[in-house]
Amino acid sequence: MESILEVKDLSVYYGVIQALKGISFHVDKGEIVALIGANGAGKTTTLHTLSGLIQANAGEINYNGINLRKTPNHKIVGMGMAQVPEGRRVFAEMTVLQNLKMGAFTRSSKAEMEETLASIYKRFPRLEERKNQLAGTLSGGEQQMLAMGRALMSHPDIILMDEPSMGLSPIFVNEIFNIIEDVNKDGVTVLLVEQNAKKALSIANRAYVLETGTIVKEGDAKELLNDESIKKAYLGE
Amino acid sequence: MSFLTYLINGLSLGSIYAIIALGYTMVYGIAKMLNFAHGDFIMVGCYIIFSVSAALSGNSLVGIVIAVVLCTLLGITTEFIAYRPLRGAASPLAVLITAIGVSYLLENVALLIFGADIKSFTSVIKWEGLSFAGGELKIQGVTVITILVSLVILIALQLFINKTKQGQAMLAVAEDKGAATLMGINVNKTIMLTFAIGSALAAIAGALLCSAYPSLSPYTGAMPGIKAFVAAVLGGIGSVPGAMIGGLVLGIVEILSKTYISSQLSDAIVFGILVVVLLVKPTGILGKVIQEKV
Repeated sequence: MESILEVKDLSVYYGVIQALKGISFHVDKGEIVALIGANGAGKTTTLHTLSGLIQANAGEINYNGINLRKTPNHKIVGMGMAQVPEGRRVFAEMTVLQNLKMGAFTRSSKAEMEETLASIYKRFPRLEERKNQLAGTLSGGEQQMLAMGRALMSHPDIILMDEPSMGLSPIFVNEIFNIIEDVNKDGVTVLLVEQNAKKALSIANRAYVLETGTIVKEGDAKELLNDESIKKAYLGE
Repeated sequence: MSFLTYLINGLSLGSIYAIIALGYTMVYGIAKMLNFAHGDFIMVGCYIIFSVSAALSGNSLVGIVIAVVLCTLLGITTEFIAYRPLRGAASPLAVLITAIGVSYLLENVALLIFGADIKSFTSVIKWEGLSFAGGELKIQGVTVITILVSLVILIALQLFINKTKQGQAMLAVAEDKGAATLMGINVNKTIMLTFAIGSALAAIAGALLCSAYPSLSPYTGAMPGIKAFVAAVLGGIGSVPGAMIGGLVLGIVEILSKTYISSQLSDAIVFGILVVVLLVKPTGILGKVIQEKV
């Protein structure tokens, strides 16, 4: 399998605290890779570093053979790597449609953008129904859909998802995970960060377990789902 | 009739405050900083028009164009040299104090070049104005032009913000710089553009202000700057229509209280209204309370 993303010995400090202690992992084209771990393990830090919102102190991030640490952060999405951030972070004062258009900020072809918009409305009919509503007035689940749609508007090759199930009702959680699988089937590679380890492992191909800035375990997602120590620590069984 | 005249004069002064307040409010909304040097850009613009007009024997239109260009460049440069390095500093006070420093710097450079004596500014508007009811109601040309210019600016800004990609990017940066970056928006470039627009507007405001009140000194921009800041807060800082409403309210109140109450007390009344509005509605007239939803 061809790697789309390869991370080597990535280290990140917040002041004197080391949030990531030299982690290495890779994501192959077409995969769903889950990054699971407890609060404060460094999952969000990892995704923020990949998207350039946080600067790494050491290590390499290779994306399609390009060193992302040397890429200005606003150029990353145009290269095909989008992120659905933790807490959705939709633009609350803008309408649903304006939010979606922001997702296509780096695209120049209006016709292609309209085509993607139509496909997103097809995937999330609720967004079309509410396209002129301010994003801040949507429910949490709808905002999550908007955040996903917004990321998809850039027509990404890989999408980084940070806690998409956080704070959602069980029905929405199932819906969101179904959508992630659908998006992946359409050819988008997914790096999924989740506290809901059971759900994440059930849709992922492979997974990494992050504990206080270090990867402590990696492997096939189905095997990790049956791993005794994982069951104890993350699946509550 | 005279009440109507005062009201229109108030509207005109308010329009100038509004144009200045737009610069304050946009920079605050997007860069989350109060640019206390903003008022002094007005003064810089006025001196440029004054100098160019003197050199070109009274051609003020060229002066305005040059003033707008130079003020825009000055705004971009100030942002780049003085404010950008402090973005993300531990305390937001750092950049605020720097802005006050820039304000003093500009005033003192003007003092050095032009001296402390008050220059008489020749109005850039030569038109006499309108006369109604057989000369009972006269409206000066500068008054009419000022109101029209501010209307045009407001409409143009609203169209720019709501209809263009760069304008939408500004809204996105105003709300969440990190999320905007994830969309591929260059946050630094967007902030720079905001300063450019604000500074260009300050130059235009300068031309109008000095045409209506033709005495120019290094401190010409200070008081209108503060009043425009009050207007921005009154209207709801960060809101473009809010700045417009705040400016108009302030201008009308100032002129009417000068006329009917006391010219000494007018500033006290203006600031008193700010206190009252903020007590009743701390976010200003159009300011929104942002609610977080889970």
